[in-house]
Amino acid sequence: MTRMHRWKRWNDWGRAIILGVFAASLVLPLAAQAEDRAPDPSGANTGTAIDVPAATGGAPTLGEVAAQVGHNKVAINMMWTLVTGFLVMFMQAGFAMVETGLTRAKNVAHTMAMNFMIYPLGMLGFYLCGFAFMFGGLGAIGTMGGYAGLNHEVTIHLFGKSFGLFGMNGFLLSGQYDVAVFALFLFQMVFMDTTATIPTGAMAERWKYLSFFIYGWFVGTILYPIYGNWVWGGGWLAMLGQNFGLGHGHVDFAGSSVVHLTGGVIGLVGAWVLGPRIGKYNKDGSPNAIPGHSIPMAIIGTFILAFGWFGFNPGSTLAGTDLRIAVVAVNTMLASATGAVAAMLWMWMVRSNKPDPSMMCNGMLAGLVAITAPCAFVNSGNACLIGLIAGVLVVEAVYFIERVLKIDDPVGAISVHGVNGAWGVLSLGLFADGTYGDGWNGVAGTVKGLFYGDGGQLVAECIGVLANVVYIGAVSFVVFKLIEAVVGNRVHPSVEINGLDVPEMGVPGYVGIKLDKHSETPLPVLMPVGAGEPQAAGR
Amino acid sequence: MKKLEVIIRPEKLEAVRQAMEAVGYPGITLTEAEGHGKQKGMTQQWRGETYCVPFLPKMKLEIVIADADLEKMIQAVTKAARTGAVGDGKIFVSDIRDVVRIRTGERGEQAI
Repeated sequence: MTRMHRWKRWNDWGRAIILGVFAASLVLPLAAQAEDRAPDPSGANTGTAIDVPAATGGAPTLGEVAAQVGHNKVAINMMWTLVTGFLVMFMQAGFAMVETGLTRAKNVAHTMAMNFMIYPLGMLGFYLCGFAFMFGGLGAIGTMGGYAGLNHEVTIHLFGKSFGLFGMNGFLLSGQYDVAVFALFLFQMVFMDTTATIPTGAMAERWKYLSFFIYGWFVGTILYPIYGNWVWGGGWLAMLGQNFGLGHGHVDFAGSSVVHLTGGVIGLVGAWVLGPRIGKYNKDGSPNAIPGHSIPMAIIGTFILAFGWFGFNPGSTLAGTDLRIAVVAVNTMLASATGAVAAMLWMWMVRSNKPDPSMMCNGMLAGLVAITAPCAFVNSGNACLIGLIAGVLVVEAVYFIERVLKIDDPVGAISVHGVNGAWGVLSLGLFADGTYGDGWNGVAGTVKGLFYGDGGQLVAECIGVLANVVYIGAVSFVVFKLIEAVVGNRVHPSVEINGLDVPEMGVPGYVGIKLDKHSETPLPVLMPVGAGEPQAAGR
Repeated sequence: MKKLEVIIRPEKLEAVRQAMEAVGYPGITLTEAEGHGKQKGMTQQWRGETYCVPFLPKMKLEIVIADADLEKMIQAVTKAARTGAVGDGKIFVSDIRDVVRIRTGERGEQAI
């Protein structure tokens, strides 16, 4: 045999042996299992001790079982956080539908584009630095495994107390490549995007898309996150309890102030800076109706938001194992119902003589906004009451803002989110009943409001509202004034009258559908100025 | 030849169309119109604000007939369209100089 011949024989044998071992390794385990598992249609026999990783398969030690239990607990909590986060993301569609339904057909492409684009814009700003500012100093993520790498909070010290201002860990999530942080990021991001989309309603039908685009970067980077840090990131509003004995500090379970009041205040400032739509107000200051073009869109959008709120509120436990989620969900649902009914009845019997569909929607949303802060801390009866008051409040707020403040809010965003966001946290300060929240914000004992023995809680809520209005109001004013100086906020009057779709977006929202005169600007109130250009107020 | 512009309530469209057909004139041009005479407009409400829509939906039918059928047509249309309430509509009668059937080129009354 030649040397090459011998090598070839060894090679052939070697390959045959390897192949044989490989085949055996496939077949033998199958043969071993072949007698264990029949098909299991009921599921009663699927998932047993064999599924617990153990040194001895099927006979785990107590330690191995404990490890699996801990892992499962965190898994339930993380799944809960993620799936409820997905529900909240879907609320973006709800906002888009409501706002577009309550505004005119000639502007649908523009209104929809704003509601669409705010989602990625807000998200990227939050990813860039917003999340770091808001949660960079959060500390341990207790419900999802306790990772504590978000540990840098910028703090100032006054009167011997610490005042957390903003975080500094997690820019672009760098250095925080941890599953709990990622889950937290997603969940908190969709909340931020809820805030971000609220002002597009108050500022619809005359806001320049370029100005909106620039705003979109500011809301996720500095507007929302800084106040958010003060309440949810371990900042000074949360510490009002530890520092000054004011209840458990400013408590806001799912964001009546952090999300909704913030959005409402930005909308208020923005709508005020923009000025009213052409034709909204007559020379004597009396308002004109500018009817929206699709009640079906508004109604469906409201249902989408109500559905998403089942993620918004119960999800804020960040823990599927915290069974208070059942109470949170029911409180949320009840407040939405009383809000809707109260608003409808108030319109039908008191303010006008018709049950206005768009106000029904505003009423349900107002109830949802108001219950967002107290949902984990109140009983069902008080949840109904909070929603009922919200329903009346939103109608009165719409009238007040339109007729007294003379600020044009096409969809009622300021009334729904701003006014009822404030009412929400104040109602927590009144009705929190002490059945939940032990240790909240580092203060021992459960959360109680004024009517259950803790007046300091109401004071903390008031301070939180004030801080929001001042900070958000001031910063959004600066932002809008900055944008005004650089590119301008408002579209040209002729663009506004003919519809924003083609000049701003390049395409009509509805092609092949003839728009009728209800989509036009109310003609009798146009005041020609100079060469036939109607005047438009803008500040 | 006479042209009739008939403005009626939208819900009377089918009745008037059938009346015209019964007189012997199945050919109609229909426009969806808005208008008002003495009838005041519609009042609507949006978020508590009442506003008046001065123009009400109407249907406008245009038909060209032979002179001989004028009275018969007016009677038939009026009977079909009348409800007795304000807003029943109007018939405007005008003279037509000529009619052309495009398919065949016929002119005059035989082209109606």
